[in-house]
Amino acid sequence: MALLAYESQVRPGLVDGPKDYHQITEDLVRPIEANPSRLWWIGFLTAVACLIFGIVSVTMQVIYGVGQWNLNRTVGWGWDITNFVWWVGIGHAGTLISAILLLFRQGWRTGVNRAAEAMTIFAVMCAGQFPIWHMGRVWLAFFIMPYPNTRGSLWPNFNSPLLWDVFAISTYFTVSLLFWYSGLLPDLATVRDRAKLKWRKFMYGTLSFGWSGSTKHWQRHEALSLVLAGLSTPLVLSVHTIVSFDFATSVIPGWHTTIFPPYFVAGAIFSGFAMVQTLLLVTRKVLRLEEYITLEHIEVMNKVIVLTGSIVGVAYLTELFIAWYGMNKFENWAFFQNRVNINSPLGWSYYIMMGCNVLSPQIFWFRKMRRNLTVTFFMSIIVNVGMWFERFVIIVTSIYRDYIPSSWSTYYRPSIWEVGFYVGTFGLFFTCYFLFSKFFPVIAIAEIKHILKKSGNVYKDKMGDAERETVEQFAHENAHAH
Amino acid sequence: MSVKKFVVGVFTDELVLFPAVKKVRTAGYKIHDVYTPMPIHGLDHALGLRETSLHTAGFIYGITGTTTAISGIGWIFNSDWPINFGGKSHFDLPAWIPITFELTVLFSAVGMVLTFCYLCQMAPFVRKHHFNLRSTDDQFTMVIECTEKTNETEVIDFLKSVGATGINTQKAETGWWLGRYDKDKTPFEQQGTALV
Repeated sequence: MALLAYESQVRPGLVDGPKDYHQITEDLVRPIEANPSRLWWIGFLTAVACLIFGIVSVTMQVIYGVGQWNLNRTVGWGWDITNFVWWVGIGHAGTLISAILLLFRQGWRTGVNRAAEAMTIFAVMCAGQFPIWHMGRVWLAFFIMPYPNTRGSLWPNFNSPLLWDVFAISTYFTVSLLFWYSGLLPDLATVRDRAKLKWRKFMYGTLSFGWSGSTKHWQRHEALSLVLAGLSTPLVLSVHTIVSFDFATSVIPGWHTTIFPPYFVAGAIFSGFAMVQTLLLVTRKVLRLEEYITLEHIEVMNKVIVLTGSIVGVAYLTELFIAWYGMNKFENWAFFQNRVNINSPLGWSYYIMMGCNVLSPQIFWFRKMRRNLTVTFFMSIIVNVGMWFERFVIIVTSIYRDYIPSSWSTYYRPSIWEVGFYVGTFGLFFTCYFLFSKFFPVIAIAEIKHILKKSGNVYKDKMGDAERETVEQFAHENAHAH
Repeated sequence: MSVKKFVVGVFTDELVLFPAVKKVRTAGYKIHDVYTPMPIHGLDHALGLRETSLHTAGFIYGITGTTTAISGIGWIFNSDWPINFGGKSHFDLPAWIPITFELTVLFSAVGMVLTFCYLCQMAPFVRKHHFNLRSTDDQFTMVIECTEKTNETEVIDFLKSVGATGINTQKAETGWWLGRYDKDKTPFEQQGTALV
């Protein structure tokens, strides 16, 4: 056993059941080779229906202009930017799991990283829709790209947070995609080499780039994963920091807050983990992957949720304190009249945010709750509702009653096309996720094989005696050392 | 890029594979490659492979990104089209940090992945010879190259003695060619006969 990194018995196992390498392949490739279930079809078609609703909504907006949305003076950013920030935030958990936890050598990431990374990519795709279509004349969207043009040449403003966003989101999408796909290559080769059907051989043969499993290739692959993880770690922090700059560098009371970058990043991870829970609880049930995505995985993620939820809570309270302590009457108004005052027109949204994000996750201090699937699923939805309202509170309540009371009467309520656009991104997200779960291995096969012999429950039991001996031996040898 | 003859030994346990690699190398046989279903730490050292320089390439791509961003924005704002933003400096370095950082990461990541694909000769429609289809599933495949001096039966016996559970000989193209995995017309004699 000297070859395999030894893992203490104190750490719970990550793969249940008597598994060997072949059984892992069988279990994880089965969903790809089997025909999709009826549940899959129902889910997929529902997602496609939502996507079509979204396409119709966006088409209406393109034909008739942004006036189809109920944005007004002073609410120039409403549901669209709320949804943008919400979706970008959801993406963050995927990178946290795949990159940051890789650097921290957290074995449990292997069960969930593939699906979480896929979620990141789809979420960023959804997020990107909002600023693009909000431009109005979307056929001129390429104006944001810096290239020598015939308009001067007129360049975009590199000092503007909105342009930083363009770079941040597009880099984030590209790097996440590369990281995810390079990790998929060996697993696609596994599917290819088992394939019996002609189209499957063709498809996975093409997608796996001719991967052979050569030792040299694995060595490079490991180096690549490690460096990409090292790059993605500051990248993921920078992305939501830059998104928060969209607000923090402005002069709007309620927005120009220096606490925003860390607070947005924590919130992003918070909502992202909630979305990972929602997806994986369903995925493990439908695809029967309970032995790979175990209660341990779910419990660990719930711990992250209670931690980040509490960080977000501290940030909310800090904001309130500073609004009071700073004695700026506009800031004070934005916080205490537009938000905390429950009788103000949108005051209710502040309490939904507080209840969902700060209070409700506290039940995860209890182990029983962390390991309860129903509670976890319910909470994962609650947290995402709460995080949507956080962005809504930040964006809309800061601007709907501004310096000029004459413009206060225009209460902001989304139009059907704004709602449709949001529903449409759910359609896009879930259409992509359903296709992913049908055609790609949702759990990283090679990585599970890699940890099997040190973290598989059956193997850990065998190692138990060795550990006891080592501990006793260690105690014996060191008892009289000095 | 040539067709060569190989003796292929299949192992089912990495704990048998490691000593076997050592013994085969000590005996002086030339290991063409070992194919494994997952990364096995230390196998590259056991095979005597040198460390990869992919990190260095990544670093070089990264600083290329940094320089591109700073020099690009600097040129645009200072000489190509200087704009006065509220009297601020034209060389406004702190405001360029986000884009500079993003381009550093972007260049490094894209460059490294492309380099990885180039070094491993991987791309869509690249076809290679796979000695054992189960080496992406649960088997570890050691491939020993035969030269004109090699005594094949001796290699086979040796592999048997170090614990290989299946052994065969194959003639195979060592490089890649353009092709598809659903069309198995390969330009050489693919499968040898199983000997054990």
